[in-house]
Amino acid sequence: MTFNRRRFLASAAATTAALSAPMVGAQARPRVIVIGGGAGGATAARYIAKDSDGAIDVTLIEPTRQYYTCFFSNLYLGGFWDYEALGHSYGTLASEYGINVLHDWAVGVDRDTRTVSTAGGHTLPYDRLIVAPGIDFVAGSVPGWDVSHQDAMPHAYKAGSQTQLLKHQVETMRQGGTYAMVAPPNPYRCPPGPYERVSMIAHVLSRINPTAKILILDPKANFSKQTLFEDGWLRHYPGMIERIGPDFGGANVEVRPDSMEVVVDGSAETVDVCNVIPAQKAGRIAELAGVTDGNWAPVTPGDMRSRVDPNIFVLGDASAQGAMPKSGFSANSQAKVAANAVRGDLTGSRVFPARYSNTCWSLIAPDDGVKVGASYQPGADQIESVSSFISDVGESADLRRRTYEESIGWYEGITADIFG
Amino acid sequence: MRGREFLLSTVLTGALSAPVLSQTAETLGDPEAGLALFRRDCAFCHQIGPEARNAVGPQLNRIFDRGAGAIEGFRYSRGMQRMGIDGLAWTYETLDAYLANPRALVSGTRMSYRGMPDAQDRHDLIAFLRRHSDQPQDIPESAPTALAAQPDLPPAPLGVEGDADYGEYLSSECVTCHQQSGADQGIPSIVGWHPEDFVVAMRAYKQGLRPHPVMQMMAGRLDDDQIAALAAYFATLTPTD
Repeated sequence: MTFNRRRFLASAAATTAALSAPMVGAQARPRVIVIGGGAGGATAARYIAKDSDGAIDVTLIEPTRQYYTCFFSNLYLGGFWDYEALGHSYGTLASEYGINVLHDWAVGVDRDTRTVSTAGGHTLPYDRLIVAPGIDFVAGSVPGWDVSHQDAMPHAYKAGSQTQLLKHQVETMRQGGTYAMVAPPNPYRCPPGPYERVSMIAHVLSRINPTAKILILDPKANFSKQTLFEDGWLRHYPGMIERIGPDFGGANVEVRPDSMEVVVDGSAETVDVCNVIPAQKAGRIAELAGVTDGNWAPVTPGDMRSRVDPNIFVLGDASAQGAMPKSGFSANSQAKVAANAVRGDLTGSRVFPARYSNTCWSLIAPDDGVKVGASYQPGADQIESVSSFISDVGESADLRRRTYEESIGWYEGITADIFG
Repeated sequence: MRGREFLLSTVLTGALSAPVLSQTAETLGDPEAGLALFRRDCAFCHQIGPEARNAVGPQLNRIFDRGAGAIEGFRYSRGMQRMGIDGLAWTYETLDAYLANPRALVSGTRMSYRGMPDAQDRHDLIAFLRRHSDQPQDIPESAPTALAAQPDLPPAPLGVEGDADYGEYLSSECVTCHQQSGADQGIPSIVGWHPEDFVVAMRAYKQGLRPHPVMQMMAGRLDDDQIAALAAYFATLTPTD
């Protein structure tokens, strides 16, 4: 990691930045294409470029110029984090690591010719392809809702303008109104996310709209950090939050965006804000690449390689890997293992055994942070949990504050690790 | 009275049933020798005894079972405050580890003391400190002060050369939280540490001497070679932030 090398890479980047037709030179550098510039894809691109010392040509295809992290977007809803601070650009990855950052949509993968086609008309060849597109929503999973209703009933489960819209709706809700959340079934991105969101919205409402109600319609009997959240809700927001689980119709929910109604087990209720978080599946390009089986793309546990095509790796939310939760932390962890394997494939560098880990911090109220985490290793068929921990109910206020401060340190750390 | 006798006998039975717990701080160490060591190494900064007050360092009366960084009004280092909040309390084991290598147990401690390498010296000093804490015969609720086991804290035999390449790969797991720039916000810096301190700190997490669930989990699955590899790699970095 010397600055000299970075300068070298930067100048190399400048010359290759104009992405042209596929390279046809006899001794072209091996080419890696990464689809998706989130926690998995951007990390993989950065580690491959950084650790291969320029020996691998890395192209990152990502439609947005400014990436807004889903993690910490709940803190923005709660007023604890600036919107701008969620945003990250790809400038450092291009200038310091020599990555070709292409702001375009990948719309097709031809696995026979090993090319990716983009909406912008490029056809790009690869030696190894990393697919890290995050999530898409399962059509029809919440009857009455599809993405065309996302203005009336936002999902806010991909960060950006949706998050801003939901925040605006919550903050301008009528006094005594109801915020309803249609929670997703397993598996989905960020298991504690919906419940941290409820905490953050409860925090906002308790200040500006104390007679408001929060209604969670949940198809799951249990959820992540449930004891910690329920303890926190009781302490901070007594009487504000009601959760309807599957026993009482939480799995039988329909919405009517035109009349702002939710229908639970056949009985309709008008709400003021309705946050629909549908069932999820791998981002569409994974399906188009033909590496999915059902909703997700299965991978081998040792290196995140697709079970369908050994030239393709799938990272993060889109992958079916076993025990790891779908989270930015997991994607980042998986990306480093895959980057090591990709370099081994293409340059013969040392390949070390996979190590995976994850920690999810959640904020329940100001200075009341909790966390859950585990370490993982490859098992015979899938990634397995080795050991885990979770915060305790009844921890000291000092420890909860420290956990929150730690989460801020983590955000700064992981975003530096992803975006350089 | 009856309650006290009962508890005391439980402590003793417990102690007797586990051979490693059979010695108390007092019998392990010589408090008179400890007094001499205290005067030699500690008294410039720390006071102890009836008139003791906070000075350069905090006063040391009743240190046993006190949480780290717990004296109101004393300005502790951020590292010591973090450790206290994470749950570090002063017991025989943690005092022994801290005296052996203060920075290895509490990164960023302001106690500018190199460490007391000789185990018997530490036993003597702790026996002396023990005189100014609650005595088990007086307060049955206080924890037994026996030595649970010799903390296995010396750094790896330096014959184990860290594989810095492997360390760089392993470090990718660390830098998700600990910034490579050495930035120290919410999560402490681990860049530019002396390899020996790094090894001791990781072992202290493995053994549960250092509190912190994430770090205990992370260190728990690192073997000696991996710890040495990480230490070798991080020692090559210099903070830029």
